[in-house]
Amino acid sequence: MRESIKEPENSVGVVTPQTARFAEPLVLRGGTVLRDYELVYETYGELNADRSNAVLVCHALNASHHVAGYYADAPDNVGWWDNMIGPGKPLDTRRFFVIGVNNIGGCHGSTGPLSVNSDTGRTWGGDFPVITVEDWVDAQARLADQLGISQFAAVMGGSLGAMQALAWSIRYPQRLRHSIVIACAPNLSAQNIAFNEVARQAIITDPDFNDGHYLAKGTAPKRGLRVARMVGHITYLSDDEMANKFGRQLKHDKLNYNFDTEFQIESYLRHQGNKFADHFDANTYLRITKVLDYFDPALEHGGDLTKALKKVASSVLVISFATDWRFSPERSREIVHALLDNRVRVTYAEIDAPHGHDAFLLDDPRYHRLVAAYFERVHREIES
Amino acid sequence: MTVINGTQRPDFAAIARTVHRNAHVLDLGCGDGTLLKYLQQTRDITGYGVEIDDGNILACVKNGVNVIQSDLERGLSEFEDNSFDFVVLSQTLQAMRNTERIMKEMLRVGRAGIVTFPNFGYWKNRVQVLLGHMPVSKKLPFEWFNTPNIHLCTVSDFEKFCDERGINIVARTVLTDGKPVTSLPNLLGELAVYHFGG
Repeated sequence: MRESIKEPENSVGVVTPQTARFAEPLVLRGGTVLRDYELVYETYGELNADRSNAVLVCHALNASHHVAGYYADAPDNVGWWDNMIGPGKPLDTRRFFVIGVNNIGGCHGSTGPLSVNSDTGRTWGGDFPVITVEDWVDAQARLADQLGISQFAAVMGGSLGAMQALAWSIRYPQRLRHSIVIACAPNLSAQNIAFNEVARQAIITDPDFNDGHYLAKGTAPKRGLRVARMVGHITYLSDDEMANKFGRQLKHDKLNYNFDTEFQIESYLRHQGNKFADHFDANTYLRITKVLDYFDPALEHGGDLTKALKKVASSVLVISFATDWRFSPERSREIVHALLDNRVRVTYAEIDAPHGHDAFLLDDPRYHRLVAAYFERVHREIES
Repeated sequence: MTVINGTQRPDFAAIARTVHRNAHVLDLGCGDGTLLKYLQQTRDITGYGVEIDDGNILACVKNGVNVIQSDLERGLSEFEDNSFDFVVLSQTLQAMRNTERIMKEMLRVGRAGIVTFPNFGYWKNRVQVLLGHMPVSKKLPFEWFNTPNIHLCTVSDFEKFCDERGINIVARTVLTDGKPVTSLPNLLGELAVYHFGG
């Protein structure tokens, strides 16, 4: 069977996750101290002699360290940003050493609710602390220390990943040359938080949730997680994209006047929800929605984003998508405005793609050409 | 890296003579970023271009120029008051719908403005009009039906416009074939470069 699987084009090929262990405690913003922790990560390409070509790729809500390539024992499990990263792709692994890392609190191997709490000897479950973008970035910085990378050529991400890229340029301004901030917002709007709260309530009120200790009880709040994902998914697509993809197409050839799936969009959402609930941990999902809600670098500067971005020393590429209503172009412009006020070397592009928030994961040629050209510039810089 | 020389666009050299070293410059309608790159190379300036066109945004990134994708007709709301030493509008004024507003915005965000435009009063343009046709030339390469130039003006028109609005003209350079014109600029000048404001 293996022979019949076509090698994906320009793939980094077979990849293997690695685990980094940290014995130094991590003080979380919420006050809890993680005594020790692990981060699972993958790397693609080669670190150059002066260790200047590393690019950190930060993941968004539901992704992981598996950014590109595929696994030898699961060739269909292709990295979530494989269209962006690989030999000859916009982030070219022949030039850059790319790192993908699963964040703290995740459910893909890094220390999180599924891990054993070394203080108690029991699985964390619902006791795992609430985390923030800043906590993630601090943990990533220690991974960089361990890998001997004092300065990244770039830190890059989309959506929640972009918030990490932005936080890097605020928290560790000297440790990155470029910050690539795609489909981002400087904080969540009330509407964004509202959608997250609906998702959380769907999970928490599932009778199988058991205060987050569902593993110990042998249950799983799959119904809640499914609804949470369905709600989230609506916000990732534009109205137009949904209309084009599904419109009012029926699931069956006629209306049945009952509560089975009548419309294709219902079927699609149920499918997305089921798929997600089967492989994602509800405790992780709850915490990641909180990570989003808390992100607000301007907060400790009296709401002044310009002051929050004062220390930024990297160049910044900001990209938004015209039909993204979750994090609209106006939100990216707020970031750009604050960067301009600080005379940061910033470039801003608004891509007129029809796909809504999800566009950052797709391969619109205008978007990919721009990222490729930008990395060409990064490459020239580190070579000179 | 290609080195750009001032002869590529005759107004570039004139602009570079006005812009002081290490100035912070905003180039409105910056195209592929050639002017900013030229000013970076010759004047060590910092700054940004503003462009609306996707292809030009890409070209700016390739040219190593920082660019902000935005529609000039919507104003310059991303930019704070007095945040630039110079705001440049190079051969774009005549294509703007709202001429007054962009001039005002230039003076709000910049301490000084530089505007360049093709002089409609240039004698060769006048001859074409006298012969009964809209002028088409190297500086005005469009036909009447496809031109983006909706607000063409003469050197005299622009000076009257500034005078009526209290806009202080600091210096004027009028060029023909890249060389300065000293007498009868409204008749003999092909391209006007104005430095105005503070």
